[in-house]
Amino acid sequence: MKKILLIEDEGALQKSLGDTFREDGFEVLGALDGEIGERLAESEKPDLIILDLTLPKKDGFEVFQSLKDNKKTADIPVVVLTNLERIEHVEKVLEMGAKTYLVKSNYTLKEILEKIKQILASPSL
Amino acid sequence: MLESINPISSCKKYGVSPWQCPQFLFLVIGIIIIFAIGVTYFLAILRIGDPAVVSLLVLGVGAFLLTINFIITNSFERMAEASKLKSEFIHIVSHQLRAPLTNIKFSLDFLVSTKMNQTKEQQEEYFDILRENAIRMGDLIDNLLTVAKIEGGAFPLSKIDVSLEGIAQKLIQKFKPFATASNIKLQFFSADHSLRVLTDSLWIEQVMENFLDNAIKYTKGGGEVTVKVYQKRGKVFYEVKDNGVGIPKEGQNFIFEKFFRSDNIFKKQTIGTGLGLHIAKRIIEKMGGEIGFSSKENKGSTFWFSLPLN
Repeated sequence: MKKILLIEDEGALQKSLGDTFREDGFEVLGALDGEIGERLAESEKPDLIILDLTLPKKDGFEVFQSLKDNKKTADIPVVVLTNLERIEHVEKVLEMGAKTYLVKSNYTLKEILEKIKQILASPSL
Repeated sequence: MLESINPISSCKKYGVSPWQCPQFLFLVIGIIIIFAIGVTYFLAILRIGDPAVVSLLVLGVGAFLLTINFIITNSFERMAEASKLKSEFIHIVSHQLRAPLTNIKFSLDFLVSTKMNQTKEQQEEYFDILRENAIRMGDLIDNLLTVAKIEGGAFPLSKIDVSLEGIAQKLIQKFKPFATASNIKLQFFSADHSLRVLTDSLWIEQVMENFLDNAIKYTKGGGEVTVKVYQKRGKVFYEVKDNGVGIPKEGQNFIFEKFFRSDNIFKKQTIGTGLGLHIAKRIIEKMGGEIGFSSKENKGSTFWFSLPLN
């Protein structure tokens, strides 16, 4: 079973995204802020991380950077799922090595699920 | 046509005083330049007085013109700044509206997905999310309209003689169930029952409610919230103290700002509209009172305001 870590501070999104992935046979871990997210990434070794950029305490860019800097988590693919869509934000996280950048309001749950499955199925992983 | 060349009316449109309004200042500088050239010309042609005096005079006029030019440039900068703040504001507002909208959208997505067998309880949870987020968007819009009203100056206060203690007790009753559910001990102290202030009761109630609501909301996992009404130096104080999460030092300077400063928007607190305390400050200032707080991260916060005793 593939394990996904969802770093997202909106409880409602944790629920709807989490339920959708769980029903599709994934194991889903939830983190409501960046610090918990980093800790879970290190201890649980998920197959993929879905990361929001607006987070309390430590924002998504900082979390992403520490994930990359940590040898134990550097190779975990990261998908950014956020409502920020300024071009500089997109470029920044793609440069940092995000697998893809999804703007929440542009996708349905089903489309997000499909995208994630595609990434997990790609041969480079 | 006449409207567009009338500097007074265009200054009114931007809501700035004449001395900060480029149109008006350009008119003034134009008149002064014509006048200065005329005077210099006459002085030169009549050769009255010392040439040194003439040149000193011209120098003085030059310095004056320079100063006005400086003010004009400054006011342009201010306008550019205001316009920049406006677009930043729109950016933040749309982001703030998108968050609950996304919650609603994804919840609907889940509810209508036929693939999944949903139990009644599961659906109920999603209906709660829908309801909460619709309320959240409504609150944000209400608050935005209040801010627009305050900034537009169309904000009448109908002052009457009110008892802060009375309002506080009413609020305590209202919040009791909410506090109990969050495992918070809610206490009220009042030293003097005769304290009255002259103020707008509806708006002051909104401020008092905002303090109490914040205190309970940011006291996670149980604690104590204490409300006090007391008199000090001819003023009536309303104070709400909690032992909740507190405000980090770097955020304290921005606590009364609309939403957060731009470099802070990534670390926003997603619950709440980010406007409550801003509105509170504007209301209290309009009433001629004072507002303030002290806070320590992980220790708690105390918010207070004071109004002159009636």
